[in-house]
This record gives sequence, structure tokens and C-alpha cells, in this order.
Amino acid sequence: MRMIDKRVPSAAEAVADIADGSSIMVGGFGEAGSPIELIHALIDQGASDLTIISNNAGSGEVGLAALFKERRVSKVICSFPKTLNSTVFPELYREGFTELELVPQGTLAERIRAGGAGVPAFYTPTAVGTPLAKGKELRVLNGREYLLEFGLRADYALIKGLIADTHGNVLYNKTARNFAPIMATAADVTIVQVAQVAEPGAIDPETVVTPGIFVDRVVEVAKPAHESELIAAGVCYP
Amino acid sequence: MKKQTETIGWTREGMAQRLAQDIPNGSYVNLGIGIPELVARFVPEGRMFIYHTENGLLGMGPSPAEGAGDPELINAGKRHVTANLGAAYFHHADSFAMIRGGHLDLSVLGAMQIAQNGDLANWSTGKADAIPAVGGAMDLVAGVKQVFVITQHCTKAGEPKLVEACSYPLTGQGVVDRIYSNLAVIDITPDGFRVVSLCPGVDFETVQERTGAPLLPAHE
Repeated sequence: MRMIDKRVPSAAEAVADIADGSSIMVGGFGEAGSPIELIHALIDQGASDLTIISNNAGSGEVGLAALFKERRVSKVICSFPKTLNSTVFPELYREGFTELELVPQGTLAERIRAGGAGVPAFYTPTAVGTPLAKGKELRVLNGREYLLEFGLRADYALIKGLIADTHGNVLYNKTARNFAPIMATAADVTIVQVAQVAEPGAIDPETVVTPGIFVDRVVEVAKPAHESELIAAGVCYP
Repeated sequence: MKKQTETIGWTREGMAQRLAQDIPNGSYVNLGIGIPELVARFVPEGRMFIYHTENGLLGMGPSPAEGAGDPELINAGKRHVTANLGAAYFHHADSFAMIRGGHLDLSVLGAMQIAQNGDLANWSTGKADAIPAVGGAMDLVAGVKQVFVITQHCTKAGEPKLVEACSYPLTGQGVVDRIYSNLAVIDITPDGFRVVSLCPGVDFETVQERTGAPLLPAHE
């Protein structure tokens, strides 16, 4: 039997093969669940012309906002790019450097879920009659109007958990879970950073949130930084 | 219609307290950012509401003590919150299944404009230089069983927010059930805006003067 061990020694090695032009799902809702160390490793690595799929566009000049500031992101698929104490994305957007595909939050979540579940498209009532319905197929089902939306996949997912075992089973922390479990299903390569890596058996199978089949690489970041703490300390990455 | 900039009627807290009186015991409620958040302070005696926050928590509790916040325990407004006994965490697809699937009883939202047919505009001014950001508002109004709007009756510039037709980009079509403003509680009906009750000390004509569409009086 071949041993399974998805550990990678460092964040740098975990993101080393991400090529220019890749699409990347990035977990997090605000700072909760943002995989800062993986994003910083991606900045160091240098890949550009990226498509980022993430609920927000980052705060301050660390993490996701720093990736934008380094002009690595040509397109973002996002529900809420307005953020506190950050002018990074607004400036790139107004300049026309970074394209925005604005998606309602629940539609973004369901597009990712569908992409990961092998469902290419679905109908949703969200956004009917609004500017975000423009160009979308409208269909009446059971007497109500719905919009056609497409499943979303990416080359990579960068997510943050609390504990993973070497098989890639993941537990999360509170509301830092948010998009991570669905993004893990929808990327060709899912990379998770966790505060602790455990041996198989350390996590009760009844409590596993993301089963290891959805995870390719596990990196231990014992004391992950929080966006707000870095911003309060005046950090600008790199 | 003249512009109305003086402050009359209920305070923000008064509006929130009035709205809270109309939420049945045991309701699952999503509160938007701003005035809607105040509703949680006014749970009537003998009732319990369970608060949903779309970033993945059911059973949201009040803000923690200053300095005791956990950056990974936040609400949709990205503020530190707590989790009550019996709370549950879940991922975003489950969270919006609760919303879009009609499992939540009530969504309380702010508004920029509400039309007499229940159209809501609350996410964008549509200005060319604005950074568009929608969040979960379109999902909430499309899926939650009841949608209450809580808002000042007029804008800071004194323009009516209750209008014949919205000029701002819509969040949803015909989605609002009831409005709680500083002046009155108003239902959206097939015949348009109908007053349910007036703020004490405010008369019907005063509300009509500040409303951009015809108002129907309360049923006797």
C-alpha cells in the first residue's frame, strides 16, 4: 500500500508551480479564513495575470490586497470588493487594470459548489430584474423567473483551516470556514494551510468538514497572521 | 413636494424596537448592516430569535467585550460577534441554501429607495465611478420568506426614499413586504403603500408630504 502524506514543507513550495494566467480561488470572508501566508508566498513566487475568485478584494496592503497592489491580478470574480482601509482595488479597477465580475454572494457560493459537484449550470432566483441579470438567460419554472448561472472551477484553491491530517481531512475555525469547503471541491489543485497537522486518526471521522479527497497539499503555518493585526502593526507586504 | 430635512418621529433605536415587536417568537432572522443590527437589542420579553449571519453562523450573539474579539468569529459586517449556546457554523453554500431555500423567516435590510410595488434599491447609486459591491443582498431578498426594510423616511438631503419607481439599480423586484421608517410602519400592498401605524405625534399628512407616491390610510 502506498503511503499518503499530503504535507508540503513550506508555503513557498506549496505554491511553486502556479503559472502566469492561472485561476485561483482564495478562501476568506474579510480577514476570517484568509490564507495570508499562502498569498504572501504567491506574491514572492511572482505569478501574474491571475484570475482571483474570492468574496472580497482585501484590506490594507497585506494578503489579497497586497497581491492586487503588486499588479498580479487581471480579473477578479467577487461579491463585495469594497473594503475598509484599502484603496488598492478601487484604484486598479478605475484604472482599468483589473477587470471585475460582480456576482451576488449566494450565486458565487453556488457556482463554486456546482463547479465542484460536476454541475455545469443551474437556475437561481437571485438578481432577477436587476442590472446583474444583464445578458443572462431567463427561464420561468413553476411560475417564477430564474436566471441561468454557470458552475465555476479554478486551477488552484488557496484555503485556510485549523487542523488537517496528512490525508487532507480538514477542520476549520468558527466563521473562518466560509468559502473554504466549497472551494476545496472546485479546484484542480487545492492547497490548505493549517495551524496544526495531525496523524490519521487524530480527527474523528464524524467531525471532518472537508474530506481529504478534495485536498492536494497541506502546509503547516503554526501561528497564522490576521489581516487586522498586520494592518494595525503598519505592515505593507512585501 | 418640498424637501424635508428636519428630524422627527422615532429615533433609530425607536424604529428598531418597533420592528422587533412584530417578529414572532422562534423566528430565524438575518439582520443587515447598520440600523437593522439595532433590532437585536430589543427582543421583546418572553421571545427568542435566532440570528443568521450569511458568512456562516446561526445563533449569533452580541458583540464581545472590548478587546475580547476573535478575528475568525465575525458577522457579515465583518465585526466581532459571539456564538450563543446552540449555535452552528457552516460553509457558504449551506448558508445561502438557508437563504435562497426559504428557510429563514425574516430578512431586515436598509434601503436607498423602495418603490410602491415593493422594488428595493440598496446596493448601488449606479454612478460611473462607484465600486460596485453587492454582497448577499440580492440573495436575501430573493429567498427569505419575509423582507422588512428599516430606514429613515427621507435621505439626508431630504429626498423621499419611498417612491413610485426606483431610480437606482434594483436589488430585487417586488420583494419588500413592510417598511419601518422614523415616521410610520407601511405595508406594500397590491394597491401601493398602506400605512399600518404612525409614529406617535406624527400625522398622516406629514408622512404623505415626505413620501414620493400616494399613501393609503391605515385600515380602520
